[in-house]
Amino acid sequence: MNFLALLGKLLHIVIVGAAVLPLTAAVLVWAERKVSAFMQDRLGPNRVGPAGLLQPIADLLKFIFKEDVVPGHVNRGMYILAPCLSLVPALVGFCVVPYARGMAIADLNVGILLVFAVSSMGVYGITIGGWASNSKYSLLGGVRSSAQMISYELALGLSVIPVFLVTGDLNLERVIAWQAENVWLVIPLFPAFVIFLVCGYAETNRLPFDCPEAETELVAGYHTEYSSMKFALFFMAEYIHMITASALTVTLFFGGYTLPGVVYPEGAWGTMLSGLVFVAKTGFFLFLFIWVRWTLPRFRYDQLMNLGWKVMLPLSLVVIVVTAGFLTVVRG
Amino acid sequence: MKIKVVRRPDLKFGERIYLGTVVKGLTLTIRHFFGVMLDLFRWKRKRTAITMQYPEERWDFKDNFRGAPALVLDPDGREKCVACQMCEFVCPPKAITIVGREFEDPNKVEKYPEVFEIDMLRCIYCGFCEEACPEEAIFLVKEAEIVHEKKEAFVHDKKKLYAMGGIREDRIWKWKHK
Repeated sequence: MNFLALLGKLLHIVIVGAAVLPLTAAVLVWAERKVSAFMQDRLGPNRVGPAGLLQPIADLLKFIFKEDVVPGHVNRGMYILAPCLSLVPALVGFCVVPYARGMAIADLNVGILLVFAVSSMGVYGITIGGWASNSKYSLLGGVRSSAQMISYELALGLSVIPVFLVTGDLNLERVIAWQAENVWLVIPLFPAFVIFLVCGYAETNRLPFDCPEAETELVAGYHTEYSSMKFALFFMAEYIHMITASALTVTLFFGGYTLPGVVYPEGAWGTMLSGLVFVAKTGFFLFLFIWVRWTLPRFRYDQLMNLGWKVMLPLSLVVIVVTAGFLTVVRG
Repeated sequence: MKIKVVRRPDLKFGERIYLGTVVKGLTLTIRHFFGVMLDLFRWKRKRTAITMQYPEERWDFKDNFRGAPALVLDPDGREKCVACQMCEFVCPPKAITIVGREFEDPNKVEKYPEVFEIDMLRCIYCGFCEEACPEEAIFLVKEAEIVHEKKEAFVHDKKKLYAMGGIREDRIWKWKHK
């Protein structure tokens, strides 16, 4: 790889990782507050800028200028490390997603495996944060998080296998190409999609599976002892995880940046158009995240484990077996 | 002791797999979501959102609302208070200060308040002054937001009290027809 290409790649990473994703997360925070308000017959933030759109900037300023308290009883090194450990995997996970035609940061042949490997690293941030905080609420949050992650990671991984059984490829670009040629995978693999979505919610610690945070039980769970920018990093990590999960759902089951029967023109305009389609689809799933959050109550912890091990895991195995059997019969 | 056994409700299959009830809940919330969305276009007369945009919109108080006490003028614009000091006497937190003065030429009314002050930091909005007043000169008006920058400003003087009370259109015309 020559120097210019390397530079271009770096620029690509910086633009996506340091500008686009955090900005989207900021907009999501605004959307979350606005949507939650609307669903509760309120109006939400509407004072800062038109429709409260500048609210994220106000929030950011608040986070930056707040006093950064490091409590005396924490394990200092780990305490500082945890928010970073939580944010970085969230950012890295997005790199294999083709967000427009030919526009993945890393067009890897093992794409989805990298996402799983990296995104499960995110739990370290939460667990270490809970452990290093040296407080019982944080610790409980961290422990719950790791248990939850283990339970749902399995079903999540297994629910994706049918996709690769059908498309015969781990590269996300080619998964999308297969869907563009044939059919969106949500139609033949609807059960796998449901499992993927539910486990995705558990993986991102979003309601109805936000047991690690569980503000009604654990104060604020793993980030109870965090303040100012360190808390903001945890917060941002959650939203970026959401973005990655939505993007993956779109890529794996809803044809990524393609639309059935639509051929994008060659060149930059086509790429932009495909990007917009991708944004719209991902936007819907992000809305779904928020929508579900403000609809469902939190699972009790044992119910969460029951659902994970007794329902999701067997179900995903059944889906794999059925898909594999069907493919053997059809393709011979 | 009689033991009462409370059975948990038997959930149907549709409820046990969550999905049906989840969809039901989702439709409920999205209905509210679009209800408030439609508010923004002002298509409906009655709003779904219950939020009051406070500084722009205010409460619609009832006529008997007990807000800040204020002095009123009769329909001729004449001062009603005769400085009898009943309100000052009855006021539980002693918020009212009256210094009465006789008229030079007492044709009908003998006294008027030279100083009439109500300390709004003491006032408890009980309305006893309104009840005690024999001249119907002091009323609790629909003023609920008593906000000042300086502590001294909370002592409402006569000018402020008349500005808040204004002219009261009632049938009491005591001094005109005496």
